[in-house]
Parts: sequence; structure tokens; C-alpha cells
Amino acid sequence: MTASVSAGTSTGDAEFTADEMMTVAAARSLGDGTACFVGIGLPSTAANLARRTHAPDLVLIYESGTLGAKPDQLPLSIGDGILADTADSVVSVPEIFNYWLQPGRVETGFLGGAQVDKYGNINTTVIGGGYEDPKVRLPGAGGAPEIAASCQQVLIVMRQNTRSFVETLDFVTSVGYGSGGDDRERLGLRGAGPVTVITDMGVLEPDPDTRELTLTRLGPGVDVEQARAATGWDLRVADELGSQHPPTETELSVLRELKATIENGEST
Amino acid sequence: MSRTRQLDEAVAELVGDGDVVALEGFTHLIPVAAGHEIIRQRRRDLTLCRMTPDVVYDQLIGAGCASKLVFSWGGNPGVGSLHRFRDAIQRSWPVPLEIEEHSHAGMANRYVAGASGLPFAVLRGYTGTDLPKHTDSIKTVSCPFTGEELAAVSALNPDVGIIHAQQADKQGNVQMWGITGVQKETVLAAKRSLVTVEETVDELVPRPGGVVLPKWAVTAVAEVPGGARPSYAQGYYERDNDYYQQWDLISRDREKFQQWLDTEILDAERSPR
Repeated sequence: MTASVSAGTSTGDAEFTADEMMTVAAARSLGDGTACFVGIGLPSTAANLARRTHAPDLVLIYESGTLGAKPDQLPLSIGDGILADTADSVVSVPEIFNYWLQPGRVETGFLGGAQVDKYGNINTTVIGGGYEDPKVRLPGAGGAPEIAASCQQVLIVMRQNTRSFVETLDFVTSVGYGSGGDDRERLGLRGAGPVTVITDMGVLEPDPDTRELTLTRLGPGVDVEQARAATGWDLRVADELGSQHPPTETELSVLRELKATIENGEST
Repeated sequence: MSRTRQLDEAVAELVGDGDVVALEGFTHLIPVAAGHEIIRQRRRDLTLCRMTPDVVYDQLIGAGCASKLVFSWGGNPGVGSLHRFRDAIQRSWPVPLEIEEHSHAGMANRYVAGASGLPFAVLRGYTGTDLPKHTDSIKTVSCPFTGEELAAVSALNPDVGIIHAQQADKQGNVQMWGITGVQKETVLAAKRSLVTVEETVDELVPRPGGVVLPKWAVTAVAEVPGGARPSYAQGYYERDNDYYQQWDLISRDREKFQQWLDTEILDAERSPR
């Protein structure tokens, strides 16, 4: 992903960036006591923020096999020693996918990607030029296809711009709502799919019938035209458009403390 | 029955040109020293398998050891892209690299099938994705009981499976603990196996969550202290995060990479003994 969009919005005394708003919004969407399949980068930051604020009993599951990890600092990779040291249980990689993810035991899966389309399908494989001769080769699928399929619900967290929010994916790595409507059900995917897409501009949610992602909430200081301009398709806007609550002082301070525990920036 | 070997002897004996080789490790216990020894012995035309090819695979690919990569996520964890991997795929440098691409769940199950002596594994996976269009080892199968259509992936049985563990005893029994990924399946799926270990002990003390591979399931053991660096070995040393960051700079440039290859690997002392 590219550099953050710094909105530098201010409410009261608190100055925060659009990225911080996005991370806080993602954290807020994780219910206490639920289990969350976490990838590295922003999802891990958000999950750890949630565990330190409103959701102390959030169960963090990393695909390296750590169930119930409780890191006291942000891990740099999904297999850091701190995750194994603090986990309720450490299981093998076949077990994490076969016994824990596949049967739908995990409430929330957290995904990002290089591209998302209007039905919440995600590309993390190749950009441009076709699969055999790509312009940019990305890391690939990892755990994402089965997280997208089998978690009870999926949250997508991505920075919103016309390169990432595209009409047509260059490659379908993970399925959201397929071609829309009841396509996901027809494919036999068991989880509900991407129920929320959190961006640095606001929040998108699928239309109940068409499943097309619709702008339902705007971030502080963002207007509809900006959100539309950052979207590669003709973005639908909810009739009753809400707005996101800015981060509280506590959320911001905990988030910044967390980020300070890691020297490095977030991975793609 | 496992035999204790020096690392260079073990690689020379077990890994041949054109072999299918899996060096597994999921962030933890990555058999980096063994990978470097393969580069040093200038193996060619390997099919390399790994769920998470990271820095040591970038090095093997950049050194021209591989003609094919079987994988599910290729990146520098926490840092970004693998530049030698990208250069090989996008520009065929130093040699063209064919790929066979899966998801993690698919790769893990391919090893499970391989370890189980089955021709394929069944999973809920890949549905609706573009991966099956490009990967011949992904098909579908109907459940004989319910008729449900499920994904099938062919077994992965490498010629050589290589892993790193914390300890072996003098008889060649092996124990590893912490995040153990898909290493047990890799050894059991492979025709031949090499385990590098941090140390040889008189007696293995059972550890919580420890995985023990009995000596008769392993072909060769080599003591290589620090053999997983820059990844980590729980109970021995931490992950060297700076190395992963620095690799990004070295690997972006072919000349810098070539210099690194010459000085750090090819002209370097033989592997630690």
C-alpha cells in the first residue's frame, strides 16, 4: 500500500490522521470475547488496540498457529516469538486451517489487499499484464481465500483510492460477494462475507440485495465527493449517510503507544 | 535411521540438481544455513517448495538455484516484497522461474496428504477464486456421502524435506517447540530429510507443545548452531528484524545482490560446524 492519506483532522484537542481513524474504526468493530483471525499490519494493530480498550477478552488468532495470543507489543510478523509465548495454545499450521478456521469457529476475519472491487472481492496476487506476465507480482494468497470463505464475517481494511478500489480486479484471490446478489451463497461459501469495509475515507457496507458496497459512513473531514473521487467505480451512497465518531483521547493514546512498540512501518 | 552429518556433507549427499526440495519453517526455525549451503554447492534446476518463501528463498532464487517455486505467500514478512523473486517472475532474472501457486490451507493440506501416503487432500477452499485456473494441482471432488463439491489438492512429496529444530539427542531423535508450522508434515512427506539443530543434547526433555521426530523418521541430522538466523529459535535467539529490513535494500539491486552473494555465501567459509 502507498503512504497514508494524512487528513490531519482535528476535533477538540485531538489531532489524528485518516490512518489512525481507520485503525480505531477497525478496532471498534471487534466485539469483546469474540475470536478474530488476524493478519500482520493494520489488522494486527487494530486487534491489539481493541484488546487494550473495549475488548480485553478478544481472542487473537494468527495463522502461524497461535490461538489466543496476548502480545505486549506489536509483532512484526505473524510468527513472532511473543505470540507463541503468550498464546493459550500453539497448534500446527494444518491444524489452524483445518480444525479452527475451516469449520467456522472464528467469528471475524480481517483482510486487506492491493485491490478490492464493488462486491468485496480481493486481489493480492498480481497487478497488470496478466497472471503469466504480471506488471507487479504481489505476495499471493496466504491464508486469505479460506479466511474470506470460512470466517463467520469478514472485515476489510484498506486505504481508498482509484488504484485500490477498482471496477475489475486483475486477479480474484479471495471472494467477497462474487458477482453480487446471492452469488456467494450459490458458490457455497459458508461465512457471511465482508460485512464492513473500513477505509481512510469512511465505511462501506454491502447493499442487502445487490451486495454492492455502499458508502454508509464518512470519516471526519471527508465529504462524499472526495470518497467518490477515490473510488474506481460509480460509488453508491446510502440515503442516510452517517459519520464516524472521531477517535477518543484514550483510543489515540493507546494506539500511539502500541505503534511506538514497533520500529518498523506496516507491511503491505 | 538418522545419521549425524556435517551440514555440507548432508547437503551434498541429499540434495541433487533437479530435485524437489522443501525447506520449511513458518517465520520460526527457518533452515537458513541449509539454504545457504545449497547455494554454496551451486545446485541448479531445483523445484523449491515452501508455504512462505521469504528471504532465504529470495536468495536461492536470485542465486539461480531454482527453476520452479511451489508456494502460497511470497514476501518479506513485516517489510514488503521479495525483489529477487519478483525479478525472476517479471524479468526471468537470473533464470526463468515457473510458479505453482496455492493458498496456505491448500499447501498445508498438500503436505498432510504427502505425509499420510494419500494421493490428494480434501478441503473447503479456493471456491470462486482465480487460483484453480492457473494451478493444475487444484481440482474439485464430490463427497461420496453428500455429493457436496469440495476442493482437492494433490499430495506434495518432496525429494528432500529440510527443517531446523532446537535439539537432537545423540541417537538422532529430534525435538522442536514453539511455532512448528508444517515441519513435521514436511519431513514425513519427503523421500529424504535433513534436520539441522541448534544443539545436540544427551537426552531430550519433553517441552509443552513439543514435536518429537523419532530417529527412524529422519534421514540426517546436522548440528548447526544459529542455523535459523535471521529467523529465530525459541529458547535460543530472537528474530533479527534488522536483517529483514536490510535485505530489502540489498535485494532491490542486482549488483548489490551479486556482491552479497559473492562475499557472504560463495566466498565465505564453509558452513559452521
